[in-house]
Amino acid sequence: MDLDFTKEQEMLRKSVDEFLTKECPFDSVREIEDSEEGFDKKIWKKMARLGWMELHFPEEYGGLGDPFADLTIIMEEMGKKAFPSPFFSSVVMSGILLVEGASEKQKKKLLPDIASGKLLITLAQYEQDGSYLESGITLPAEADGEDYILSGRKFFVLDANIADKLIVAARTTEGVTLFLVDSGGEGISFQKMHTIGKDNNCVVSFDKVRVSQDNLIGSPGEGWKILEKMAQKATVAKCAEMLGGCKESIDMTTAYAKQREQYSTPIGGFQAIQHYMADMRVAYDTSLYYLHKVVWMIDEGIEASKEISALKAQVNEQYKFITERAVQIHGGIGTTREFNIGLFYRRAKAFEYVLGDTDFHYERIAEALEL
Amino acid sequence: MDFRLTKEEEAIKQEFIKFFDAEMKNAPPEFGNGGLEGIYATDEGFEFHKYMARKMGERGWLSMGWPKDCGGRDASIMEQVIFDEVRGYYNAPGVDGFAVGMFAPTLIAGANKEQKNRLLPPIARGEAFYCQGWSEPDAGSDLASLTTTAIREGDHYIINGQKTWTTGGHKAEFMFLLARTDPDSNRGKGLSVFHLRMDLPGIEIRPLLYMDGKHVYNEVFFNNVKIPATDMVGVEGEGWNLTRQTMNFERSGAGGFSGAKRYLEKIIDYVKTTQRDGRTLSKDPNARRKIAELFIASEVGQTLAYKISWMHQKGDFMGLITAACESKLFSTEMAQQMSNYATEIMGLYGQLEAGEHAPMDGSMVELYQFVKGATIFAGTNEIQRNLIAWTGLGLPRLKFRP
Ligand SMILES: Cc1cc2nc3c(=O)[nH]c(=O)nc-3n(C[C@H](O)[C@H](O)[C@H](O)COP(=O)(O)OP(=O)(O)OC[C@H]3O[C@@H](n4cnc5c(N)ncnc54)[C@H](O)[C@@H]3O)c2cc1C
Repeated sequence: MDLDFTKEQEMLRKSVDEFLTKECPFDSVREIEDSEEGFDKKIWKKMARLGWMELHFPEEYGGLGDPFADLTIIMEEMGKKAFPSPFFSSVVMSGILLVEGASEKQKKKLLPDIASGKLLITLAQYEQDGSYLESGITLPAEADGEDYILSGRKFFVLDANIADKLIVAARTTEGVTLFLVDSGGEGISFQKMHTIGKDNNCVVSFDKVRVSQDNLIGSPGEGWKILEKMAQKATVAKCAEMLGGCKESIDMTTAYAKQREQYSTPIGGFQAIQHYMADMRVAYDTSLYYLHKVVWMIDEGIEASKEISALKAQVNEQYKFITERAVQIHGGIGTTREFNIGLFYRRAKAFEYVLGDTDFHYERIAEALEL
Repeated sequence: MDFRLTKEEEAIKQEFIKFFDAEMKNAPPEFGNGGLEGIYATDEGFEFHKYMARKMGERGWLSMGWPKDCGGRDASIMEQVIFDEVRGYYNAPGVDGFAVGMFAPTLIAGANKEQKNRLLPPIARGEAFYCQGWSEPDAGSDLASLTTTAIREGDHYIINGQKTWTTGGHKAEFMFLLARTDPDSNRGKGLSVFHLRMDLPGIEIRPLLYMDGKHVYNEVFFNNVKIPATDMVGVEGEGWNLTRQTMNFERSGAGGFSGAKRYLEKIIDYVKTTQRDGRTLSKDPNARRKIAELFIASEVGQTLAYKISWMHQKGDFMGLITAACESKLFSTEMAQQMSNYATEIMGLYGQLEAGEHAPMDGSMVELYQFVKGATIFAGTNEIQRNLIAWTGLGLPRLKFRP
């Protein structure tokens, strides 16, 4: 056994931390959240030069071929800084999806541009009823000669307002099929939604959007399989980001509890507070070590469906638990916009819905256990 | 035992229902989902608060529980609870929590005749709106350590210091202030209560934005603010005792539980009318369990509120302190669970705060944020637990270093 990260991985962690500490302090996070674009291009461009976007892409497409673990390290550090960016939608979800399902030609064309930060792609999967299931994908793609015509609406599309391209999961006679479309194309419009995460969740409308055959990703009917493969890694990457948020919440709260005095005592000296914090620590440690195991399984190519679901369900609940206690221990100041803990409290709720909520993953575990 | 309302009580209840049902139709869109944000975050919301206050003032409802010699009509505790319950169900503004809920009882308990005559009638008419100047940056749970000073100079007091968390301080015309009149005193000794106008020279109000970005709370700075000595309420230096007497202990929390019942009705309506994955959400076993849990909490909570009112009516004040702490703790943690469960049941839609797609107008995800304020203000839930342990169970008290 070896339960440590390598020296290189620790260095990567440090460099992400240093970069974001400098480039995107919490005040900038708030500014990005409040902006209409919900995105800071300047930081994005600088970040693209550091090689983090291509790090997990295979070498034949200009990537570095680094292990998945490295990607989760980046996500974890971004989580600590509550960093808002399209890294998850474009590099993680779309990048992994293309690696898993796109043709050689598409990969050669698209991955280098994603890796350089030039191209932003996002995934349009969910629909009006908010289903996470395959059967929830109903938007019709009707064959019309060599082309397909897409009509309908997609909901909860992350970063659709800033993305250059969309990967749309639609239904053809063969089943779920993935299409690559230009977001600025004719018949496509979007509307940003007002979310607790203050992120770029959008409704995207498709009004008879024409897509040519060479913009299919995978073959007709293969879409769900590709989405599932993408979701495996992307879910774990999201969990890493969430655990970064847990860590920062605990660190901030510990520091505050040592320094804040009431009744001539640091509040961290009250056993009530100590017990809360001990529970937070247990929730975090147990989840983090499990993350490491699941990441390792993925890098080893070991089947991990139920472990991934277990991890997301666990992290969903523990992130909410930790941030809720963290705000409580801060007292009034913890509920303000100007204090940073609220950023994490809101994200815990927002991220709960990403790639499956807790009940969804409970059900998956039950199925995997053949209940 | 008999849990039924009397015929007269039932009739009063119907009168309240009729009133709120009709008047709440006048709520402007800016009032949103109500609560403190509905009242204080916009001008329109605050205007509606004032409008409702005047309407209730005309009916004598703001002062119904006051003694007759203070302009009230000594209404029974039960009548007041029914009022709170109906108002809570409609989530209606108009009963200024600071003027009616806190300062009026303080005046009744400690003010002189001239002050009562001058300050109580505008509150009863729904024309005077207050904010509460208690908390300071370094005096939160340990309120008695506050350091804002009010120093007597001739027939005036000069105020210096800072208050924080002042809810509605940017809208209210008046504040009731707790400040140190004896600068050499410490803790509960040497504090006094004041009435003051918020537009006096030397007062500066700065917004303290909530985590969702709304402006409801404020920091208030006092720089040599001069107020007439006649606006000091009660005996100089005895403000702590006066404040503690009226600190909230007699509240039943009935309005909170009936408000939760109203939300629960809306959640039930939502799951019955929403389809997901080929079935109605109300048939999802997870949703069913969560709703059942919330139902239980609102039921037992409401019964606790009735019990508190009964204790109050009977004059069981020791029992009352414990039960009122239980009610504050239980109701706020119930609201926390409700907001979390409801936003879970809604799935992806649980994150929507506003807009055409937001279920229940985003009220549940708003509550998910607002409720953290509620588990902290009016005595944090840890302080409530301490009090329950000390007064309810007789466990040893915290000894702090002076
Ligand atoms: C939304 C909101 C509105 C408010 N409105 C007003 C207002 O209008 N006017 C006003 O005067 N004040 C107002 N307050 C202030 C409120 O009364 C204080 O926030 C509250 O008393 C707690 O003080 P604090 O925030 O300084 O937290 P602290 O007292 O610093 O507490 C920090 C943490 O330590 C815990 N703690 C403290 N002492 C103990 C102990 N002995 N044992 C165990 N745990 C302990 C607390 O429970 C909390 O978890 C408001 C607060 C909020 C959040």
